[in-house]
Amino acid sequence: MLTRFFILVGSRLISFMYFLGGLGTLAFQTIYLTFTPPFKKDRVFEQAKKAGYDSLPIVALVSLFIGFIFALQTAYFMQRIGSEIYIASMVALSIVRELGPVITALIVAGRVGAAITAELGSMQVTEQIDALETLAANPVKYLVVPRFLALSVMLPLLTLYSDAIGILGGYIICVFRLGISSSMYIKVTTEALFYKDLFTGLFKTIFFGMIIALVSCYEGFNVQGGAEGVGQATTRSVVVTFIMIIIADCFFTAMFYFIFP
Amino acid sequence: MIEISGLHKALGGHKVLNGVYLKIEKGKTCVIIGRSGCGKSVLLKHIVGILKPDKGKVVVDGQEVGALNEKELDALRLKMGLVFQGGALFDSMTVGENVGFGLIEYNHLPHRKLLERIEESLALVGLHGIANLMPSELSGGMRKRVALARAICIKPQIILYDEPTTGVDPITADSINELIKSLHDKLKVTSIVVTHDMKSAYKVADKISMLYHGKIIAEGNSEEIQNTKNPIVHQFINGLAVGPITETLERFK
Ligand SMILES: Nc1ncnc2c1ncn2[C@@H]1O[C@H](COP(=O)(O)OP(=O)(O)O)[C@@H](O)[C@H]1O
Ligand SMILES: [Mg+2]
Repeated sequence: MLTRFFILVGSRLISFMYFLGGLGTLAFQTIYLTFTPPFKKDRVFEQAKKAGYDSLPIVALVSLFIGFIFALQTAYFMQRIGSEIYIASMVALSIVRELGPVITALIVAGRVGAAITAELGSMQVTEQIDALETLAANPVKYLVVPRFLALSVMLPLLTLYSDAIGILGGYIICVFRLGISSSMYIKVTTEALFYKDLFTGLFKTIFFGMIIALVSCYEGFNVQGGAEGVGQATTRSVVVTFIMIIIADCFFTAMFYFIFP
Repeated sequence: MIEISGLHKALGGHKVLNGVYLKIEKGKTCVIIGRSGCGKSVLLKHIVGILKPDKGKVVVDGQEVGALNEKELDALRLKMGLVFQGGALFDSMTVGENVGFGLIEYNHLPHRKLLERIEESLALVGLHGIANLMPSELSGGMRKRVALARAICIKPQIILYDEPTTGVDPITADSINELIKSLHDKLKVTSIVVTHDMKSAYKVADKISMLYHGKIIAEGNSEEIQNTKNPIVHQFINGLAVGPITETLERFK
Protein backbone atom coordinates (compact mmCIF):
# COMPACT_ATOMS: atom_id res chain seq x y z
CA MET A 1 0.00 0.00 0.00
CA LEU A 2 2.68 2.44 1.07
CA THR A 3 5.06 1.29 -1.67
CA ARG A 4 2.28 1.77 -4.21
CA PHE A 5 1.87 5.30 -2.95
CA PHE A 6 5.58 6.00 -3.32
CA ILE A 7 5.66 4.48 -6.78
CA LEU A 8 2.74 6.69 -7.78
CA VAL A 9 4.32 9.84 -6.33
CA GLY A 10 7.68 8.89 -7.81
CA SER A 11 6.32 8.32 -11.29
CA ARG A 12 4.36 11.57 -11.13
CA LEU A 13 7.50 13.37 -10.06
CA ILE A 14 9.53 11.84 -12.86
CA SER A 15 6.94 12.73 -15.48
CA PHE A 16 6.80 16.26 -14.08
CA MET A 17 10.60 16.56 -14.33
CA TYR A 18 10.38 15.20 -17.84
CA PHE A 19 7.76 17.81 -18.69
CA LEU A 20 9.88 20.63 -17.26
CA GLY A 21 12.90 19.38 -19.18
CA GLY A 22 10.94 19.25 -22.42
CA LEU A 23 9.42 22.66 -21.87
CA GLY A 24 12.82 24.13 -21.02
CA THR A 25 14.35 22.69 -24.16
CA LEU A 26 11.52 24.07 -26.27
CA ALA A 27 11.89 27.49 -24.61
CA PHE A 28 15.60 27.50 -25.31
CA GLN A 29 15.18 26.49 -28.96
CA THR A 30 12.40 29.01 -29.46
CA ILE A 31 14.38 31.91 -28.08
CA TYR A 32 17.43 30.89 -30.09
CA LEU A 33 15.43 30.55 -33.31
CA THR A 34 13.59 33.82 -32.68
CA PHE A 35 16.87 35.62 -33.21
CA THR A 36 18.17 33.53 -36.13
CA PRO A 37 17.31 34.55 -39.68
CA PRO A 38 15.31 34.19 -41.87
CA PHE A 39 12.59 36.28 -40.26
CA LYS A 40 9.11 35.83 -41.64
CA LYS A 41 6.88 38.68 -40.53
CA ASP A 42 3.70 37.41 -42.16
CA ARG A 43 3.26 34.44 -39.90
CA VAL A 44 3.80 36.59 -36.80
CA PHE A 45 1.13 39.04 -37.97
CA GLU A 46 -1.26 36.23 -38.74
CA GLN A 47 -0.84 34.83 -35.23
CA ALA A 48 -1.01 38.30 -33.68
CA LYS A 49 -4.35 38.80 -35.36
CA LYS A 50 -5.66 35.45 -34.15
CA ALA A 51 -4.39 35.93 -30.60
CA GLY A 52 -4.86 39.66 -30.19
CA TYR A 53 -7.38 41.23 -32.51
CA ASP A 54 -9.80 38.32 -32.39
CA SER A 55 -9.71 38.35 -28.58
CA LEU A 56 -10.83 41.98 -28.31
CA PRO A 57 -14.59 41.35 -27.90
CA ILE A 58 -14.34 38.70 -25.20
CA VAL A 59 -11.68 40.62 -23.27
CA ALA A 60 -13.85 43.75 -23.45
CA LEU A 61 -16.93 41.94 -22.25
CA VAL A 62 -15.26 40.22 -19.31
CA SER A 63 -13.28 43.32 -18.28
CA LEU A 64 -16.35 45.54 -18.33
CA PHE A 65 -18.22 43.18 -16.05
CA ILE A 66 -15.23 42.76 -13.76
CA GLY A 67 -15.19 46.57 -13.52
CA PHE A 68 -18.91 46.63 -12.61
CA ILE A 69 -18.61 43.84 -10.09
CA PHE A 70 -15.48 45.15 -8.47
CA ALA A 71 -16.90 48.66 -8.09
CA LEU A 72 -20.08 47.29 -6.50
CA GLN A 73 -18.24 44.96 -4.13
CA THR A 74 -15.89 47.74 -3.04
CA ALA A 75 -18.81 50.12 -2.66
CA TYR A 76 -20.41 47.76 -0.15
CA PHE A 77 -17.48 48.20 2.23
CA MET A 78 -16.57 51.79 1.43
CA GLN A 79 -20.13 52.94 2.09
CA ARG A 80 -20.00 51.28 5.51
CA ILE A 81 -16.97 53.35 6.48
CA GLY A 82 -18.21 56.39 4.60
CA SER A 83 -15.39 56.76 2.08
CA GLU A 84 -17.09 56.14 -1.28
CA ILE A 85 -14.55 58.32 -2.99
CA TYR A 86 -11.86 55.67 -2.54
CA ILE A 87 -13.82 53.21 -4.65
CA ALA A 88 -12.15 54.80 -7.66
CA SER A 89 -8.63 54.24 -6.37
CA MET A 90 -9.39 50.67 -5.24
CA VAL A 91 -10.85 49.81 -8.62
CA ALA A 92 -7.97 51.41 -10.53
CA LEU A 93 -5.22 49.80 -8.48
CA SER A 94 -6.73 46.33 -8.33
CA ILE A 95 -7.51 46.24 -12.02
CA VAL A 96 -4.22 47.65 -13.25
CA ARG A 97 -1.98 45.70 -10.88
CA GLU A 98 -3.75 42.39 -10.73
CA LEU A 99 -7.16 41.73 -12.24
CA GLY A 100 -6.47 43.05 -15.73
CA PRO A 101 -3.26 41.05 -16.28
CA VAL A 102 -4.51 37.78 -14.80
CA ILE A 103 -7.99 37.83 -16.28
CA THR A 104 -6.60 38.66 -19.73
CA ALA A 105 -3.99 35.92 -19.46
CA LEU A 106 -6.58 33.35 -18.43
CA ILE A 107 -8.93 34.35 -21.24
CA VAL A 108 -6.13 34.09 -23.78
CA ALA A 109 -4.97 30.76 -22.33
CA GLY A 110 -8.46 29.36 -22.72
CA ARG A 111 -9.21 30.89 -26.08
CA VAL A 112 -5.88 30.92 -27.88
CA GLY A 113 -3.73 28.40 -25.99
CA ALA A 114 -6.31 25.65 -26.32
CA ALA A 115 -6.67 26.36 -30.03
CA ILE A 116 -2.89 26.18 -30.52
CA THR A 117 -2.66 22.81 -28.78
CA ALA A 118 -5.56 21.43 -30.78
CA GLU A 119 -4.14 22.72 -34.06
CA LEU A 120 -0.57 21.53 -33.50
CA GLY A 121 -1.84 18.30 -32.00
CA SER A 122 -3.88 17.46 -35.09
CA MET A 123 -0.89 18.36 -37.22
CA GLN A 124 1.16 15.95 -35.15
CA VAL A 125 -1.24 13.01 -35.46
CA THR A 126 -1.66 13.52 -39.20
CA GLU A 127 2.14 13.65 -39.66
CA GLN A 128 2.10 17.25 -40.88
CA ILE A 129 4.86 18.10 -38.42
CA ASP A 130 7.00 15.30 -39.86
CA ALA A 131 6.16 16.60 -43.32
CA LEU A 132 7.44 20.06 -42.35
CA GLU A 133 10.71 18.49 -41.29
CA THR A 134 11.12 16.54 -44.50
CA LEU A 135 10.60 19.77 -46.43
CA ALA A 136 13.48 21.19 -44.39
CA ALA A 137 11.28 23.56 -42.38
CA ASN A 138 12.10 23.47 -38.68
CA PRO A 139 8.74 23.01 -36.89
CA VAL A 140 9.87 25.14 -33.95
CA LYS A 141 10.91 27.97 -36.22
CA TYR A 142 7.87 27.60 -38.40
CA LEU A 143 5.15 27.02 -35.82
CA VAL A 144 6.35 28.00 -32.36
CA VAL A 145 8.34 31.19 -32.98
CA PRO A 146 5.46 33.16 -34.59
CA ARG A 147 3.08 32.17 -31.80
CA PHE A 148 5.65 32.93 -29.14
CA LEU A 149 6.35 36.40 -30.52
CA ALA A 150 2.71 37.17 -31.19
CA LEU A 151 1.55 36.16 -27.72
CA SER A 152 4.33 37.88 -25.81
CA VAL A 153 3.60 41.14 -27.62
CA MET A 154 -0.19 40.89 -27.79
CA LEU A 155 -0.78 39.97 -24.18
CA PRO A 156 0.56 43.27 -22.74
CA LEU A 157 -1.45 45.18 -25.35
CA LEU A 158 -4.61 43.25 -24.58
CA THR A 159 -4.00 43.84 -20.88
CA LEU A 160 -3.73 47.57 -21.40
CA TYR A 161 -7.02 47.45 -23.26
CA SER A 162 -8.58 45.32 -20.53
CA ASP A 163 -7.38 47.78 -17.85
CA ALA A 164 -8.99 50.69 -19.65
CA ILE A 165 -12.31 48.91 -20.06
CA GLY A 166 -12.30 47.64 -16.48
CA ILE A 167 -11.80 51.16 -15.19
CA LEU A 168 -14.58 52.31 -17.50
CA GLY A 169 -16.81 49.69 -15.87
CA GLY A 170 -16.00 51.10 -12.44
CA TYR A 171 -16.68 54.60 -13.75
CA ILE A 172 -20.10 53.63 -15.08
CA ILE A 173 -21.17 52.16 -11.73
CA CYS A 174 -19.77 55.02 -9.66
CA VAL A 175 -20.98 57.89 -11.79
CA PHE A 176 -24.39 56.57 -12.86
CA ARG A 177 -25.35 54.46 -9.85
CA LEU A 178 -23.49 55.73 -6.80
CA GLY A 179 -23.65 59.43 -7.54
CA ILE A 180 -19.94 60.20 -7.58
CA SER A 181 -19.14 63.05 -9.96
CA SER A 182 -17.35 62.24 -13.17
CA SER A 183 -14.51 64.71 -12.67
CA MET A 184 -13.98 63.46 -9.13
CA TYR A 185 -13.75 59.85 -10.30
CA ILE A 186 -11.19 60.72 -12.96
CA LYS A 187 -9.16 62.83 -10.56
CA VAL A 188 -8.99 60.12 -7.87
CA THR A 189 -8.15 57.45 -10.43
CA THR A 190 -5.25 59.38 -11.92
CA GLU A 191 -3.95 60.29 -8.49
CA ALA A 192 -4.04 56.69 -7.34
CA LEU A 193 -2.18 55.25 -10.31
CA PHE A 194 1.56 55.58 -10.70
CA TYR A 195 3.53 54.51 -13.74
CA LYS A 196 5.03 51.84 -11.52
CA ASP A 197 1.62 50.21 -11.11
CA LEU A 198 1.08 50.11 -14.81
CA PHE A 199 4.57 48.77 -15.38
CA THR A 200 4.34 45.95 -12.82
CA GLY A 201 0.99 44.97 -14.25
CA LEU A 202 2.13 44.89 -17.85
CA PHE A 203 5.64 43.51 -17.35
CA LYS A 204 4.47 40.16 -16.04
CA THR A 205 2.05 39.66 -18.92
CA ILE A 206 4.98 39.33 -21.32
CA PHE A 207 5.91 36.22 -19.39
CA PHE A 208 2.32 35.02 -19.23
CA GLY A 209 2.25 35.26 -23.03
CA MET A 210 5.43 33.22 -23.29
CA ILE A 211 4.05 30.59 -20.90
CA ILE A 212 0.84 30.25 -22.92
CA ALA A 213 2.72 29.91 -26.21
CA LEU A 214 5.32 27.45 -24.96
CA VAL A 215 3.03 25.18 -22.96
CA SER A 216 0.38 24.99 -25.65
CA CYS A 217 2.92 24.29 -28.41
CA TYR A 218 4.72 21.72 -26.25
CA GLU A 219 1.49 19.88 -25.51
CA GLY A 220 0.53 19.99 -29.18
CA PHE A 221 3.85 18.55 -30.33
CA ASN A 222 3.62 15.73 -27.79
CA VAL A 223 0.16 14.47 -28.64
CA GLN A 224 -0.06 10.74 -28.91
CA GLY A 225 -2.86 8.58 -30.15
CA GLY A 226 -5.29 10.31 -32.48
CA ALA A 227 -8.31 12.48 -31.76
CA GLU A 228 -8.60 11.35 -28.15
CA GLY A 229 -4.99 12.33 -27.55
CA VAL A 230 -5.64 15.78 -29.01
CA GLY A 231 -8.53 16.25 -26.60
CA GLN A 232 -6.48 15.19 -23.59
CA ALA A 233 -3.56 17.37 -24.59
CA THR A 234 -5.83 20.39 -24.99
CA THR A 235 -7.28 19.95 -21.52
CA ARG A 236 -3.83 19.44 -20.03
CA SER A 237 -2.50 22.46 -21.86
CA VAL A 238 -5.17 24.76 -20.41
CA VAL A 239 -4.84 23.35 -16.88
CA VAL A 240 -1.06 23.55 -16.87
CA THR A 241 -1.09 27.08 -18.29
CA PHE A 242 -3.56 28.25 -15.62
CA ILE A 243 -1.40 26.82 -12.86
CA MET A 244 1.81 28.23 -14.27
CA ILE A 245 0.28 31.67 -14.77
CA ILE A 246 -0.93 31.82 -11.17
CA ILE A 247 2.46 30.68 -9.86
CA ALA A 248 4.32 33.14 -12.08
CA ASP A 249 1.94 35.90 -10.97
CA CYS A 250 2.63 35.14 -7.32
CA PHE A 251 6.35 35.17 -8.04
CA PHE A 252 6.27 38.53 -9.84
CA THR A 253 4.01 40.12 -7.25
CA ALA A 254 6.34 39.01 -4.47
CA MET A 255 9.38 40.15 -6.42
CA PHE A 256 7.98 43.64 -7.02
CA TYR A 257 6.75 43.88 -3.45
CA PHE A 258 9.98 42.90 -1.72
CA ILE A 259 12.68 43.92 -4.16
CA PHE A 260 11.33 47.04 -5.86
CA PRO A 261 8.85 48.40 -3.34
CA MET B 1 22.92 5.76 -53.27
CA ILE B 2 21.26 4.73 -50.04
CA GLU B 3 22.88 2.26 -47.72
CA ILE B 4 21.26 1.07 -44.52
CA SER B 5 23.29 -1.13 -42.24
CA GLY B 6 22.36 -2.86 -39.01
CA LEU B 7 19.45 -0.53 -38.32
CA HIS B 8 17.74 -1.15 -34.97
CA LYS B 9 14.81 0.81 -33.59
CA ALA B 10 12.44 0.22 -30.71
CA LEU B 11 9.23 2.24 -30.45
CA GLY B 12 6.77 2.11 -27.58
CA GLY B 13 8.81 -0.63 -25.89
CA HIS B 14 8.59 -2.90 -28.90
CA LYS B 15 11.42 -3.72 -31.31
CA VAL B 16 10.25 -2.52 -34.70
CA LEU B 17 13.47 -2.75 -36.70
CA ASN B 18 15.92 -5.40 -35.72
CA GLY B 19 19.00 -5.16 -37.90
CA VAL B 20 17.96 -3.99 -41.35
CA TYR B 21 20.56 -4.13 -44.15
CA LEU B 22 19.56 -2.62 -47.46
CA LYS B 23 21.45 -1.05 -50.34
CA ILE B 24 19.87 0.91 -53.18
CA GLU B 25 22.03 1.92 -56.12
CA LYS B 26 21.73 5.37 -57.65
CA GLY B 27 18.88 5.60 -60.14
CA LYS B 28 17.30 2.31 -59.13
CA THR B 29 13.85 1.62 -57.76
CA CYS B 30 13.63 -0.60 -54.72
CA VAL B 31 10.26 -1.86 -53.57
CA ILE B 32 9.86 -2.80 -49.92
CA ILE B 33 7.04 -5.19 -49.19
CA GLY B 34 5.79 -6.44 -45.85
CA ARG B 35 2.65 -6.72 -43.76
CA SER B 36 0.97 -3.71 -42.19
CA GLY B 37 2.70 -2.72 -38.99
CA CYS B 38 5.99 -4.41 -39.81
CA GLY B 39 7.89 -1.13 -39.75
CA LYS B 40 8.01 0.02 -43.37
CA SER B 41 7.01 3.61 -42.59
CA VAL B 42 9.42 3.64 -39.67
CA LEU B 43 12.21 2.59 -42.03
CA LEU B 44 11.44 5.45 -44.44
CA LYS B 45 11.42 7.95 -41.58
CA HIS B 46 14.96 6.90 -40.72
CA ILE B 47 16.12 7.65 -44.25
CA VAL B 48 14.89 11.26 -44.06
CA GLY B 49 16.16 11.58 -40.50
CA ILE B 50 12.83 12.18 -38.73
CA LEU B 51 13.61 9.18 -36.55
CA LYS B 52 17.07 8.46 -35.20
CA PRO B 53 18.42 4.89 -35.13
CA ASP B 54 18.97 3.17 -31.77
CA LYS B 55 21.81 1.29 -33.43
CA GLY B 56 23.19 1.08 -36.95
CA LYS B 57 23.27 3.77 -39.59
CA VAL B 58 21.71 5.15 -42.74
CA VAL B 59 24.07 6.58 -45.35
CA VAL B 60 22.67 8.68 -48.19
CA ASP B 61 25.07 9.82 -50.91
CA GLY B 62 28.02 9.21 -48.61
CA GLN B 63 26.56 11.18 -45.68
CA GLU B 64 25.45 9.46 -42.50
CA VAL B 65 21.96 10.84 -41.85
CA GLY B 66 22.03 10.47 -38.07
CA ALA B 67 25.36 12.30 -37.74
CA LEU B 68 24.56 15.45 -39.73
CA ASN B 69 24.01 18.82 -38.13
CA GLU B 70 20.77 20.62 -38.78
CA LYS B 71 22.00 22.61 -41.76
CA GLU B 72 23.51 19.61 -43.52
CA LEU B 73 20.41 17.57 -42.80
CA ASP B 74 18.18 20.27 -44.32
CA ALA B 75 20.37 20.38 -47.42
CA LEU B 76 20.10 16.62 -47.74
CA ARG B 77 16.35 16.72 -47.19
CA LEU B 78 15.91 19.11 -50.09
CA LYS B 79 17.37 16.40 -52.32
CA MET B 80 14.77 13.92 -51.07
CA GLY B 81 11.01 13.78 -51.27
CA LEU B 82 8.90 11.66 -48.95
CA VAL B 83 5.33 10.92 -49.91
CA PHE B 84 3.57 10.20 -46.63
CA GLN B 85 1.17 7.31 -46.33
CA GLY B 86 -1.73 9.55 -45.30
CA GLY B 87 -0.65 12.47 -47.47
CA ALA B 88 0.22 14.72 -44.51
CA LEU B 89 -0.97 17.76 -46.46
CA PHE B 90 -0.91 21.03 -44.52
CA ASP B 91 -4.59 21.62 -44.03
CA SER B 92 -4.24 25.33 -43.31
CA MET B 93 -2.86 25.90 -46.82
CA THR B 94 -4.29 25.58 -50.30
CA VAL B 95 -3.28 22.74 -52.59
CA GLY B 96 -1.01 25.11 -54.50
CA GLU B 97 0.74 26.33 -51.36
CA ASN B 98 1.18 22.73 -50.27
CA VAL B 99 2.73 21.67 -53.55
CA GLY B 100 4.97 24.72 -53.75
CA PHE B 101 5.92 24.68 -50.07
CA GLY B 102 9.55 23.70 -50.60
CA LEU B 103 10.00 26.26 -53.37
CA ILE B 104 8.27 29.07 -51.49
CA GLU B 105 10.45 28.52 -48.44
CA TYR B 106 13.80 28.06 -50.13
CA ASN B 107 14.07 29.10 -53.75
CA HIS B 108 12.97 32.63 -54.20
CA LEU B 109 11.45 32.04 -57.59
CA PRO B 110 9.42 34.80 -59.21
CA HIS B 111 5.71 34.36 -58.64
CA ARG B 112 4.85 33.41 -62.22
CA LYS B 113 7.62 30.80 -62.34
CA LEU B 114 6.40 29.39 -59.04
CA LEU B 115 2.84 28.98 -60.30
CA GLU B 116 4.17 27.27 -63.40
CA ARG B 117 6.15 24.78 -61.34
CA ILE B 118 3.11 24.05 -59.17
CA GLU B 119 0.84 23.50 -62.18
CA GLU B 120 3.49 21.35 -63.81
CA SER B 121 3.84 19.14 -60.74
CA LEU B 122 0.09 18.79 -60.39
CA ALA B 123 -0.22 17.96 -64.08
CA LEU B 124 2.37 15.20 -63.68
CA VAL B 125 0.08 13.46 -61.21
CA GLY B 126 -2.93 14.06 -63.43
CA LEU B 127 -4.57 16.93 -61.58
CA HIS B 128 -5.62 20.23 -63.12
CA GLY B 129 -7.11 23.46 -61.84
CA ILE B 130 -7.27 22.52 -58.17
CA ALA B 131 -4.44 24.72 -56.89
CA ASN B 132 -6.88 26.99 -55.06
CA LEU B 133 -8.82 24.27 -53.28
CA MET B 134 -8.16 23.36 -49.66
CA PRO B 135 -6.99 19.81 -48.86
CA SER B 136 -10.23 19.13 -46.98
CA GLU B 137 -12.13 19.54 -50.26
CA LEU B 138 -10.27 16.67 -51.92
CA SER B 139 -11.02 12.95 -52.09
CA GLY B 140 -8.60 10.46 -50.57
CA GLY B 141 -7.05 9.53 -53.89
CA MET B 142 -6.60 13.19 -54.86
CA ARG B 143 -4.89 13.96 -51.55
CA LYS B 144 -2.48 11.16 -52.22
CA ARG B 145 -1.66 12.57 -55.62
CA VAL B 146 -1.24 16.08 -54.24
CA ALA B 147 1.19 14.66 -51.70
CA LEU B 148 3.06 13.09 -54.59
CA ALA B 149 3.09 16.40 -56.44
CA ARG B 150 4.47 18.13 -53.35
CA ALA B 151 7.32 15.64 -53.16
CA ILE B 152 8.28 15.95 -56.84
CA CYS B 153 7.90 19.72 -56.99
CA ILE B 154 11.34 20.32 -55.49
CA LYS B 155 12.82 18.00 -58.16
CA PRO B 156 14.47 15.63 -55.71
CA GLN B 157 17.05 13.04 -56.68
CA ILE B 158 15.59 10.53 -54.26
CA ILE B 159 11.88 9.89 -53.78
CA LEU B 160 10.43 7.72 -51.04
CA TYR B 161 6.86 6.59 -51.59
CA ASP B 162 4.88 5.26 -48.66
CA GLU B 163 2.10 3.11 -50.09
CA PRO B 164 1.41 5.40 -53.07
CA THR B 165 -1.27 3.15 -54.56
CA THR B 166 -3.12 2.12 -51.41
CA GLY B 167 -6.64 3.51 -51.36
CA VAL B 168 -6.73 4.87 -54.91
CA ASP B 169 -8.75 3.44 -57.77
CA PRO B 170 -7.02 0.93 -60.10
CA ILE B 171 -6.69 3.39 -62.97
CA THR B 172 -5.09 6.08 -60.81
CA ALA B 173 -2.91 3.39 -59.25
CA ASP B 174 -1.62 2.45 -62.65
CA SER B 175 -0.95 6.05 -63.60
CA ILE B 176 1.03 6.45 -60.37
CA ASN B 177 3.04 3.36 -61.33
CA GLU B 178 3.67 4.92 -64.72
CA LEU B 179 4.80 8.13 -63.05
CA ILE B 180 7.23 6.28 -60.79
CA LYS B 181 8.60 4.48 -63.81
CA SER B 182 8.97 7.60 -65.90
CA LEU B 183 10.74 9.48 -63.10
CA HIS B 184 13.07 6.52 -62.93
CA ASP B 185 13.62 6.25 -66.68
CA LYS B 186 13.80 9.93 -67.62
CA LEU B 187 15.18 11.69 -64.57
CA LYS B 188 17.17 8.80 -63.08
CA VAL B 189 15.55 9.34 -59.71
CA THR B 190 16.47 6.87 -56.97
CA SER B 191 13.26 5.54 -55.46
CA ILE B 192 12.06 3.46 -52.59
CA VAL B 193 8.47 2.34 -52.88
CA VAL B 194 6.78 0.85 -49.85
CA THR B 195 3.74 -1.13 -50.83
CA HIS B 196 1.80 -4.32 -50.43
CA ASP B 197 0.23 -3.96 -53.83
CA MET B 198 2.14 -6.73 -55.61
CA LYS B 199 0.97 -5.72 -59.08
CA SER B 200 2.51 -2.31 -58.57
CA ALA B 201 5.63 -3.85 -57.05
CA TYR B 202 6.31 -6.06 -60.07
CA LYS B 203 5.70 -3.17 -62.40
CA VAL B 204 8.08 -0.59 -60.94
CA ALA B 205 10.76 -2.57 -59.14
CA ASP B 206 14.39 -3.06 -60.05
CA LYS B 207 14.62 -4.88 -56.78
CA ILE B 208 12.06 -6.14 -54.28
CA SER B 209 12.96 -6.56 -50.61
CA MET B 210 10.73 -8.11 -48.02
CA LEU B 211 10.70 -6.76 -44.48
CA TYR B 212 9.63 -9.30 -41.88
CA HIS B 213 10.08 -9.21 -38.11
CA GLY B 214 12.35 -6.20 -38.35
CA LYS B 215 14.75 -7.69 -40.91
CA ILE B 216 15.05 -7.92 -44.67
CA ILE B 217 14.43 -11.62 -45.25
CA ALA B 218 14.50 -11.77 -49.04
CA GLU B 219 15.72 -9.72 -51.96
CA GLY B 220 15.55 -10.11 -55.70
CA ASN B 221 14.15 -8.75 -58.92
CA SER B 222 10.48 -9.27 -59.76
CA GLU B 223 11.09 -12.62 -61.38
CA GLU B 224 13.20 -13.97 -58.56
CA ILE B 225 10.63 -12.92 -56.00
CA GLN B 226 7.79 -14.44 -58.00
CA ASN B 227 9.62 -17.75 -58.20
CA THR B 228 10.79 -17.65 -54.60
CA LYS B 229 11.50 -20.79 -52.59
CA ASN B 230 11.09 -18.88 -49.33
CA PRO B 231 7.74 -19.98 -47.86
CA ILE B 232 7.23 -16.66 -46.02
CA VAL B 233 7.68 -14.62 -49.19
CA HIS B 234 5.58 -17.10 -51.11
CA GLN B 235 2.70 -16.73 -48.68
CA PHE B 236 2.93 -12.93 -48.73
CA ILE B 237 3.11 -12.33 -52.46
CA ASN B 238 0.31 -14.74 -53.16
CA GLY B 239 -1.82 -13.41 -50.33
CA LEU B 240 -2.51 -16.76 -48.71
CA ALA B 241 -4.27 -16.93 -45.35
CA VAL B 242 -2.48 -20.14 -44.40
CA GLY B 243 1.29 -20.33 -44.19
CA PRO B 244 4.35 -19.68 -42.05
CA ILE B 245 3.51 -15.98 -41.38
CA THR B 246 0.14 -16.76 -39.86
CA GLU B 247 1.46 -19.89 -38.14
CA THR B 248 3.90 -17.89 -36.02
CA LEU B 249 0.99 -15.64 -35.13
CA GLU B 250 -1.01 -18.70 -34.06
CA ARG B 251 1.86 -19.86 -31.90
CA PHE B 252 2.02 -16.51 -30.10
CA LYS B 253 -1.69 -16.50 -29.31
N1 LIG C 1 5.62 6.93 -32.85
C1 LIG C 1 5.44 5.65 -32.53
N2 LIG C 1 5.35 5.26 -31.23
C2 LIG C 1 5.17 3.98 -30.90
N3 LIG C 1 5.06 2.98 -31.77
C3 LIG C 1 5.13 3.27 -33.08
C4 LIG C 1 5.32 4.62 -33.53
N4 LIG C 1 5.36 4.61 -34.88
C5 LIG C 1 5.20 3.33 -35.24
N5 LIG C 1 5.05 2.52 -34.18
C6 LIG C 1 4.88 1.06 -34.21
O1 LIG C 1 5.82 0.54 -35.08
C7 LIG C 1 5.27 -0.51 -35.85
C8 LIG C 1 5.50 -0.27 -37.31
O2 LIG C 1 4.75 0.83 -37.75
P1 LIG C 1 4.76 1.30 -39.27
O3 LIG C 1 6.15 1.54 -39.70
O4 LIG C 1 3.84 2.46 -39.35
O5 LIG C 1 4.14 0.06 -40.03
P2 LIG C 1 3.90 -0.10 -41.59
O6 LIG C 1 4.82 -1.18 -42.00
O7 LIG C 1 2.48 -0.51 -41.74
O8 LIG C 1 4.18 1.21 -42.25
C9 LIG C 1 3.82 -0.60 -35.47
O9 LIG C 1 3.67 -1.71 -34.62
C10 LIG C 1 3.53 0.67 -34.74
O10 LIG C 1 2.63 0.42 -33.70
MG1 LIG D 1 3.07 2.48 -43.09
